Amino acid sequence: MSEPILRISNLNKAFGALKATQDVSIDLYPGEIHALIGPNGAGKSTIIGQVSGNLAPDSGTIELDGEDITALTVAERARRGLGRSFQISSLADELSVRRNVMMAVQAKQGSPFRFWSPIRTDASLLDPTMAVLERLGLQERAGTVIAELSHGERRQVEMACALALQPKVLLLDEPMAGMGSEGTSRLTGFLEELKKEVPILLIEHDMDAVFRLADRVSVLVSGAVLVHGTADEIRNHPAVREAYLGEETA
Amino acid sequence: MTSLQNRLNPQTLLGGLVPQSREHWINVVLVVGLVGAAVLAHFLGERFYINLASRIAIIAMAAVGLNLALGFGGMVSFGHAAFFGLGGYVAGIAAYHAFNMTPVLGIGFMPEGTTQMLSIWLVTLLVSGLLGLAIGKISLGTSGVYFIMITLAFAQMMYYFANSWPNYGGEDGLPIFLRNELPLVDTNHHLTFFFVAATLLLISLWISQRLMGSRFGAALTMARMNPVRLATSGIDPQPVKLVAFVISAMIAGLAGALYADLNRFVSPSMLSWHFSGELIVIVILGGVGRLYGPLAGAILFVLMETWLGGVTQHWQFWLGLVLLGVVLFARGGLMGFLAGRSKDV
Repeated sequence: MSEPILRISNLNKAFGALKATQDVSIDLYPGEIHALIGPNGAGKSTIIGQVSGNLAPDSGTIELDGEDITALTVAERARRGLGRSFQISSLADELSVRRNVMMAVQAKQGSPFRFWSPIRTDASLLDPTMAVLERLGLQERAGTVIAELSHGERRQVEMACALALQPKVLLLDEPMAGMGSEGTSRLTGFLEELKKEVPILLIEHDMDAVFRLADRVSVLVSGAVLVHGTADEIRNHPAVREAYLGEETA
Repeated sequence: MTSLQNRLNPQTLLGGLVPQSREHWINVVLVVGLVGAAVLAHFLGERFYINLASRIAIIAMAAVGLNLALGFGGMVSFGHAAFFGLGGYVAGIAAYHAFNMTPVLGIGFMPEGTTQMLSIWLVTLLVSGLLGLAIGKISLGTSGVYFIMITLAFAQMMYYFANSWPNYGGEDGLPIFLRNELPLVDTNHHLTFFFVAATLLLISLWISQRLMGSRFGAALTMARMNPVRLATSGIDPQPVKLVAFVISAMIAGLAGALYADLNRFVSPSMLSWHFSGELIVIVILGGVGRLYGPLAGAILFVLMETWLGGVTQHWQFWLGLVLLGVVLFARGGLMGFLAGRSKDV
């Protein structure tokens, strides 16, 4: 329990003269939610991009469960147990919910180079897929194409895709974005339960949700970690109130 | 739309006893129609039409190959003539050396050609697969319009190479004096040769169907629709696309070997960009990413070419109009028009 499952050390990334990530170190322990907050443009998504493998850091290391994954591709990281959701849903709109989620189940089971047996009748794919969908209350929508889903349902499918990987760590990039208050509170409840199973690195703008969910919070300003501490420490930190929360009361 | 999808969702289809979809019946009609036309032409003594049916079957097969890359994999290859022509030259060169009893390519230790189609097909699958691997590996480093241009460039390199290589006829092409042979059947018999071509077409359709229904097909579909989702799910899109491109090249190559035997002639025109373009047109006409779309497209294309081409020199103007109509009004091509939206969800 004492070892972090995800350790980000001294991460740096610059786009030309803009230092998007400056010497960022964040860790995530089993059973917790670590929230990353900060004003727009603070570089939160840039960090998620580097952790998930879409962006290469200029320097620094990322370790997952003790293994250095800094040089691995997106897919290799996913296979090692890094699940993520996107700020803007990234699904195959023309395919059914089932087919989208099944992709992760399939990847979990090994090589995609199985050319012959049909997936339509493959219980080893369908059963785990349905189990994940049931968990998120999506079982009724299994055969519906993504394009016909509501925004909230798409967010849930994203979550289902991430969970189908049976991840060791979840990176959630603004999972509450665009959800109504009912959806937000339901998802908050879900994440509260989920964190016991999978630790979560959470980016979120909804401060109520952040302070309800997060065990620890790192505040990011201009690409650097300004403060980090427990949710209560951050809530009452004068520098944070000034730099961030003060501006976000609207 | 929702009711259609619910009706066609896999669980319902698996229930058995459910009537087959309209697309299934259209597929059956296309195959039976082609075979029926060839048999009818045989009994009417119309050799021209038997060979026309063979031509349709072979070009459809090449388009089935392209559809795997373009339709299912989203890789717009403008260079599939390279594989088609390569297959043609394998058949031509093998027959040429067998006829002259000289070693293949003039290299001492090579065998003296062959007139056996089975050997030719094996060699064709091998070399077109290797060429597909080389072209695919390099081209898949790019995407969009660059992918189109680089595949075109490779095919053009092959075209000019064949044009300027005098040993095998250069720009005049290479005749095959006697059609290559198969054990037990007479390939010089027009209807028999049609059945050989039709059998290979059906096998390539069957392989496509199995591939696209498998885990590999699911990954390829996702690589086309949303590569980011595929990678996030833990599967690298590039190797999946490369394998699809190689299989696609092999099918197109095999079709080329048959085409050379149909015409008993192979020339650089089989490698030309016109043919790559025709294959794309056929796939689009038939319905991009529809399993039997290439067959529907090839039937329409070859019939238009033959009949309209007999009426007017400017038949391609009318082909252009049809293509325009398909692109503007029937995005799913002929199959989309006849069978409705794809049920593969």
